[in-house]
Amino acid sequence: MNAAPAPSVPGPILSLQNVWVEYGDKIVLERVDLDIEAGSFVSIVGPSGAGKSSLLRIILGQEQPTRGRIDLDGAPLAPECGPDRGVVFQRYSVFPHLSALDNTVFGMECAQAPVLARLFGSARRAAIAEATEMLHAVGLGDSMHLYPAQLSGGMQQRLAIAQALIKRPRILLLDEPFGALDPGIRADMHKLIRALWRDYALTIVMVTHDIREAFTLGTRVLALDKRRHDPHAPHRFGATAVYDIALRKDPDPDPAEVSAAVPPAIPQSPVPSQESA
Amino acid sequence: MRWVNLHLSRGQRILLGAAPIALLLLVYLVMAAQRHADNPLDRILPLPGAMAQAMAALMFEPDQLTGQLTFWVDTLASLQRLGLGLGIATITALVVGLVLGVLPPVRATLGPLVTGIAVIPPIALLPILFIALGLGETAKVALIVIGIAPVMVRDIAAHVGALPTEQIVKAQTLGASSWQIMIRVALPQALPRLIHAVRMALGPAWVFLISAEAIASDVGLGYRIFLVRRYLSMDVIIPYVAWIALLAILMDMTLTWTSKRAFPWAHGAGH
Repeated sequence: MNAAPAPSVPGPILSLQNVWVEYGDKIVLERVDLDIEAGSFVSIVGPSGAGKSSLLRIILGQEQPTRGRIDLDGAPLAPECGPDRGVVFQRYSVFPHLSALDNTVFGMECAQAPVLARLFGSARRAAIAEATEMLHAVGLGDSMHLYPAQLSGGMQQRLAIAQALIKRPRILLLDEPFGALDPGIRADMHKLIRALWRDYALTIVMVTHDIREAFTLGTRVLALDKRRHDPHAPHRFGATAVYDIALRKDPDPDPAEVSAAVPPAIPQSPVPSQESA
Repeated sequence: MRWVNLHLSRGQRILLGAAPIALLLLVYLVMAAQRHADNPLDRILPLPGAMAQAMAALMFEPDQLTGQLTFWVDTLASLQRLGLGLGIATITALVVGLVLGVLPPVRATLGPLVTGIAVIPPIALLPILFIALGLGETAKVALIVIGIAPVMVRDIAAHVGALPTEQIVKAQTLGASSWQIMIRVALPQALPRLIHAVRMALGPAWVFLISAEAIASDVGLGYRIFLVRRYLSMDVIIPYVAWIALLAILMDMTLTWTSKRAFPWAHGAGH
């Protein structure tokens, strides 16, 4: 169950074709065409209400697109969440009633024990060993037996990441994962996610309000916004990717160098500014 | 200083908390003494000595008819009914509340029924219970269950339903099935709430117990109170009421303590 081998399907790992998301007569996303290559780190930015989170939710399988098609590894996406797509939300990503270790072991217990969802004996020891290793990788080696309420916000997000990575998801989805953290902690988390992305060869899609963060971390930045605007019926036009900026092909840069790098010049409007986001 | 900012030490809180109780006792004693000064045979406000005497007879002397220690037999019978009623209601609340809260099809199927039962005044069902189940223990336990279970079910279902969507989604991305979400995510988080629901149900449960015992019974705390009322035996009624209050407080404290011990994460562990 470890390290699901990457299927040798050529082409993008995730592919969205003509995807629309509508709530009633309100169009949130329209004509989204998007291919995401394995190993890329895609940042999604855009003003509030531009459908960033909707896009993430349909990739996650939490919501279904009204129209269009989403393929993961060349096969249509199942209409619900599954272990091939990991997620870290801004909040509530960890289970408050489980210790950090149990939170991390949970994913393995679900796969190996369908009825009890608990492991015993040598299976449990093996799972604990793997979870311990993962917790060390995210820097929680000393906090394994604490409950989430005893962890700081940054530590909870580290735990949420460890919990997701233990399933070796094909894609890791991050929904404003560092939005609620202090600037100093956020910088540490940037280094961590960058290192994990490189070490575990992850494919990451991250929604963020922070343009600087989007450019610092991503290998590709997507800006969502409405192409057209009807002042009398603003809800009738949805957003789509108005800018798609490939930043670097090199999947393995030195993280220190990356975080020191100044974000590249942002194209002029209508790319949303951070204030309006 | 504003009153909202006046924080008291533990000693002060105990002192202040004891004051109204002591005052109430004092008022009672003064009134009782006054009545007894006017009429030494007064039965309405008995003095503590009379209550002790009456209770000693019930507690330590076997009843002439039954040969049993009345007070303890009453206590045991009532606690048994209460325990059965609370136990059945608690298990029902946990199981039904959990599936109602987690599984939308079950919520759609059973939600209206539970709501419907919950709005019926349970005492109005008592005649039906007595007719259907007879006058024995079953009807009394059933009254308690019907009286408190629907509220508890709805409380647990609402609590489980209010778990953050993020948690449920996260569990699915970790490969959890509906069943696994139910037993590993929803159930453990429902348990502290269940204990809370039991605490809240204790009051109504006692009401239904005493009601059932008052109407049809031959033993029990409620039965005794309503029986001796015919003889104006306040020297028995008052200690019995105090005993019921003490039992209720002990149950409440035990439940609170259990919840803190068993679910530290639900009580702000480590803060």
